[in-house]
Amino acid sequence: MSDYTLETEEGRREALRRMLTIREFDTTAGEYFADGEIPGFVHLYIGEEAVGVGACAALDPDDYIASTHRGHGHCIAKGLDPDLMMAELFGKRDGYCNGKGGSMHIADVESGMLGANGIVGAGPPMATGAALTIDYQDRDEVALGFLGDGAVAQGQVHEAVNLASTWDLPAIFLVENNQYGEGTPVEKQHNVDNLSDTAGAYDIPGVTVDGMDVTAVAEAVEEARKRARAGDGPTFIEAETYRYRGHYEGDEQPYRDEDEIERWKQRDAIESFKGRLIDRGELTEEEFEDLRAEVEATIADAVEYAQEAEPPAPEEAYEDMFGEPVPEIEAFANRPRADGGAKGGDSS
Amino acid sequence: MTAQAELEQQTETRTVREAIRQALREEMERDEDVYVMGEDVGLFGGVLEVTGGLYEEFGEERVRDTPIAEAGFVGAATGAAATGTRPVVEIMFSDFMGVSMEQTMNQMAKMRYMFGGKTEMPVTVRTTEGGGMGAASQHSGTVHAWIAHFPGLKAVAPGTPASAKGLTKAAVRSDDPVFVFENKMIYEQEGEVPTDEDFTVPIGEANVEREGEDVTVVATQRLVGESLDVAERLDAETSVEVIDPRSLYPLDTETIVESVRKTGRLVVADESPLSYGIHAEVATRVMENGFYSLDAPIQRVGTPDTHMPFSPPLEQEVLPDGEGVRDAIERIA
Ligand SMILES: Cc1ncc(C[n+]2csc(CCOP(=O)(O)OP(=O)(O)O)c2C)c(N)n1
Repeated sequence: MSDYTLETEEGRREALRRMLTIREFDTTAGEYFADGEIPGFVHLYIGEEAVGVGACAALDPDDYIASTHRGHGHCIAKGLDPDLMMAELFGKRDGYCNGKGGSMHIADVESGMLGANGIVGAGPPMATGAALTIDYQDRDEVALGFLGDGAVAQGQVHEAVNLASTWDLPAIFLVENNQYGEGTPVEKQHNVDNLSDTAGAYDIPGVTVDGMDVTAVAEAVEEARKRARAGDGPTFIEAETYRYRGHYEGDEQPYRDEDEIERWKQRDAIESFKGRLIDRGELTEEEFEDLRAEVEATIADAVEYAQEAEPPAPEEAYEDMFGEPVPEIEAFANRPRADGGAKGGDSS
Repeated sequence: MTAQAELEQQTETRTVREAIRQALREEMERDEDVYVMGEDVGLFGGVLEVTGGLYEEFGEERVRDTPIAEAGFVGAATGAAATGTRPVVEIMFSDFMGVSMEQTMNQMAKMRYMFGGKTEMPVTVRTTEGGGMGAASQHSGTVHAWIAHFPGLKAVAPGTPASAKGLTKAAVRSDDPVFVFENKMIYEQEGEVPTDEDFTVPIGEANVEREGEDVTVVATQRLVGESLDVAERLDAETSVEVIDPRSLYPLDTETIVESVRKTGRLVVADESPLSYGIHAEVATRVMENGFYSLDAPIQRVGTPDTHMPFSPPLEQEVLPDGEGVRDAIERIA
């Protein structure tokens, strides 16, 4: 059972809190990226919160997820610590990956998060692999692979779904159809009406759900999880959603207009879920504002943690390559540095 | 008797193919998390028959036939290795590795590092290489230099039945991704193989197959045997030391350099294309570490940057062999 199922009042509030946390985390990450404190590429998840949170609400804490380049939301939904996430974005040693991964590679295999991924379409084979381990060791978990609508065109995605289907593995594939693959609309990349139609090729269920509705996503994943656990194999889910920001921070978005973005914002996942909780009498406006303030404080703390954390020492670049180290790399790690000796490719 | 000497005593005669099969069998018996997967490895027994009989012994859970989808099953093996099992993947012919290269180079090779060392990657990839069968360009490739070149992957290439067994077992036991490159022309080659179930060949240790004083030949895979034959034939005129590096990455620089310090001459014989590869790497390391020991220019024996052609006279033209090794020795001895 998830640690925040949407079936309880407490769980629903937790889901709302996680959606807010994602939005605040990513808004803040965007600001520090603009300031130049966060290097690299940053792809924000704002607008798509219901998908990650809905999915993880339906998963057990021990289940695996494999993520995408737009992975911050999946991490928070899965319960990863925003401090360590932010520290990773800032390139600090205390980040999830010791500063070696950054935004596109945050991972915490121990908590079932098999990594954000810089390669479009590379997550589904990873989910199939985790599902293979689960099946092989007769364990009770499932593995869910997130992918974008653009990734659906990748050959390795097809191979991964086909393999999971052929072997009846406990896998779930969840497409986040945010309508664009970088700057190209989904209709120009696929010739099917619904991306979930492709499930027919594997003889597995394919469903399309409203990705702005956290409950709809959770229900679809719940169903898929049951199927997977019963040994009936994978499910292919498409969640229709929308990203409010550019593909990456700095994207000028010539491919779409403000009206379109505004139309989707009318159906904002956080606003609508909040509205429903208020209608049910589970939440008041004041409580919502308290929750928001709490989340803002959490993320402010994460930034402070990240800013104060130590950067890695240069020689840490030579650590973590192998479990059983090799002399080729050790030579670099062990060379004297005090005199500012040569860096990188000096093999002497 | 030392433990090592005792080990060396208990051997049996085995072909390379049987040695690898025995290695897989022993490791599967030893560790339940080890399983084999690939195209036709199960019922069919492997297209080059390496896994023959394992399916009957271990069943379809542990000897898994995959769809023909290298990206899918190499990727799945990567995800499976990251989550607690120890898959051994067979890629039918090394030429097909291109199909799975994304999962190999961006996932398997990088995950451990990218994740700050917080995950292991105990996956073994076995594949078959080399010309000599008239299998033409798409089934005769020798691509181990790609993998050896790529950070985060280990590459081994046995030249004898004993090292075939020992390296395969070491690969399966390793928590790092290890690629085992088997030359398809030596599957029938026989030799003495230690029977001890704990016999492994440490990854990164070369073996001096034959001692000599005048020329060092660093040879891999099929060229190990051919170089040993040449060394025997030249014995009256030239004393040839033959070293099988066994492990291409990491590479045992020390053993090779030590030998060149003694002989002052080096021939590097490896079936891969000559440019930018294993030959260049071995030569460079010797020059970096033993330049002043060299009494003659280093010689390379390999495939002359061609693909492997189909017609036998063409294939024989480009395929490196013992004659090429002998010519190279004679040029500098
Ligand atoms: C194999 C590969 N090709 C191209 C890219 C560059 N790229 C990064 S994200 C992206 C668009 C992906 O679209 P989609 O899968 O729909 O995900 P979204 O960004 O919409 O979440 C592209 C083309 C990449 N990272 N990997």
